[in-house]
Amino acid sequence: MSVSLRVLDDGAWVSVNDAREVSVSELWRLDAPAFCACDLPDFVVENVLAVGVDGRTIDAKVYGQCIACGETGVPGWIPVGRLSDGEFTDIDRERSVLAVRETAHD
Amino acid sequence: MPTDVERWKSEVYGTEIREHLFRFAEEGWESIPEDERDAWFERFKWWGLYHQRNGQESYFMLRIGTPNGRLEPGQLRVVGEVAKEYATGPGTNPLFGDAYADFTTRQSIQLHWIKLEDVPDIFEKLEANGLSAQQACGDSWRNIVGNPMAGDDATEVVDAWPVIRELNETFKGNDDHSNLPRKWKVSVTGTPDGSGQGDINDLALEPAYKEIGGERTVGFNVRVGGGLARNEPRFARDIDVWVAPEDAPAVAGGLSALFRDHGDRENRYNARIKFLVDEWGPEKLRRVLQEEYVDFELETAGEDVRDQYTYNAGGEGRNDLLGVHDQKDGSNFVGLNVLVGRMGADDVIELADLAEEYGSGAARLTQRQNVIVPDVPDEKLDAFLAADLLEHYSPDPSPFMRGSVACTGTEFCSLSIVETKNRQVRFARWLKQNVELPDGVDEFHVHLSGCTASCAQPQIADVSLRGMKTRKDGEPVEALDVGLGGGLGEEPQFARWVTQRVPVDEVPGAIANLLANFDDQREGDETFREFVRRHDDDELAELVEPEETSYDDPMMHNTKRTWYPYAEDDSLDGSPAPSLADGTPITSDD
Repeated sequence: MSVSLRVLDDGAWVSVNDAREVSVSELWRLDAPAFCACDLPDFVVENVLAVGVDGRTIDAKVYGQCIACGETGVPGWIPVGRLSDGEFTDIDRERSVLAVRETAHD
Repeated sequence: MPTDVERWKSEVYGTEIREHLFRFAEEGWESIPEDERDAWFERFKWWGLYHQRNGQESYFMLRIGTPNGRLEPGQLRVVGEVAKEYATGPGTNPLFGDAYADFTTRQSIQLHWIKLEDVPDIFEKLEANGLSAQQACGDSWRNIVGNPMAGDDATEVVDAWPVIRELNETFKGNDDHSNLPRKWKVSVTGTPDGSGQGDINDLALEPAYKEIGGERTVGFNVRVGGGLARNEPRFARDIDVWVAPEDAPAVAGGLSALFRDHGDRENRYNARIKFLVDEWGPEKLRRVLQEEYVDFELETAGEDVRDQYTYNAGGEGRNDLLGVHDQKDGSNFVGLNVLVGRMGADDVIELADLAEEYGSGAARLTQRQNVIVPDVPDEKLDAFLAADLLEHYSPDPSPFMRGSVACTGTEFCSLSIVETKNRQVRFARWLKQNVELPDGVDEFHVHLSGCTASCAQPQIADVSLRGMKTRKDGEPVEALDVGLGGGLGEEPQFARWVTQRVPVDEVPGAIANLLANFDDQREGDETFREFVRRHDDDELAELVEPEETSYDDPMMHNTKRTWYPYAEDDSLDGSPAPSLADGTPITSDD
């Protein structure tokens, strides 16, 4: 089953099968040791740059900043949801620790 | 590899979108195949329709492009009537009510809560009255901006309106220029005040003199590659070209074609021509334009009038177009303050009545989100200024009111991180009541933008505010980055971002403390921009002292996680969208 993944409206959100699933302005707790010195960066999403799928995991590459230390940039690929039978399954991104992967789709 | 957007554009784009749009309108929202929605919503932008944000599915923002902000007699009334009849939805704004029109920083008009099914009727009414939403959004020639009083302003050195009108007629619906790599923003100005804000446009034509055939001739210098978005602000670069008014369409069309052919279609983040100018430099851009896109010898740049620029420059002279000003014909134009650019539909209609009674019925929109009533004769001026409506839309408002600019924000916009328009109204009202500007300071511009797209042009304000998040007492709250000292003029400068992530309820206190520090440490009669220029970022950060005050912010929470921030039940699960044409919620089958 094919799944359409897109970034639209100037990086405002991730579209999965023509539905808006992940939006800028969310606040994520990241496991991203290479991004900044914070134990778990408190990261606000300002722009979505790319989206990809690895097995059942949908990852996004986003620009944003850690609101604890101010570091800005692109932390890597971040899991934002899962695929189940071609459908998007949300994860509670604002209450989970999201482990950043450096090279999932590069 | 071409992006999805480029692929969709290669299949259907430009004028032909209209027939599909009308078909979907006829058959209803649900007739758009679910797996084609992204593609159609992207295409609809070309006809001025932008799908509202998450939680507001099936509702659209409609942008009406008014070239140079020019509304001919009767058109303002049409805008008010369309807003009143169609721009209502399930959410009521606590400050602005159920139906309103937004005047934008690009002299356009935005209406919200538009139903797809109403679009044919709306277009019929707009077009019957000379108005259009064509190319108001999308990857093509956008609404052309400039001094909205072109042709009438007593100070102008060249009449830009015939040029703007010809550019608009030539490049709207022009198949050769309808599918560009990205938006194409053009400014044409004929006054020496800089009120076209050319420096922040993809293409700027600014007044300049050139010796042609032994005669000093007035025309335009050409600058290319300005823009503010995405943390990559640029001022337009001088490409050493002067153009006579009659040749402006050939040069502007040549540059648009150059952008069409050489802009980046593989990466939308790198697509604007500002990045091509970065890569090529002005000299190569000029050379390619000369060799491949125009068939006459380009003149080198003429003598500009930038040393006279005052608009949004922070010094003497007119920084905006508010108040009473002379027209060439001996009558007056009166600029009225529309706080954050939003006007209730009934007020729009009432202003149209006043414009007919005291002027010609025409109106103009400015890049500072204000409205102008032109053609008011001297003998009617006092009576017009005494009209009740002008108590609210004042020609001489508090500096905090006249200096306020705000984008759409999380109320409707997908990109924004924070609430903006209502917040800037609250900020301005609090500042007016609680803060004095130093002696002799009459202008103080505060621009609030919800994100880095910079629709409120935050980088060119005395105080620049940009949406962010932070934690306060452990809880996530809306916040603002604070920048200082931006503005246009002969030597434009972008604001320097000196303080990050100030909780929104501490921002008015920060501005109050900043102004007190400015008053204490000001040297002589220096302007705020001069004051900022002689301090480094660390020193400036010390002068911004965020502080809780009597200001209360009711929207501290994450307004983006609501379907509408002002709804009683604002949760996304409580959203009535999508809905049928009559507003009845469409329930899911599963």
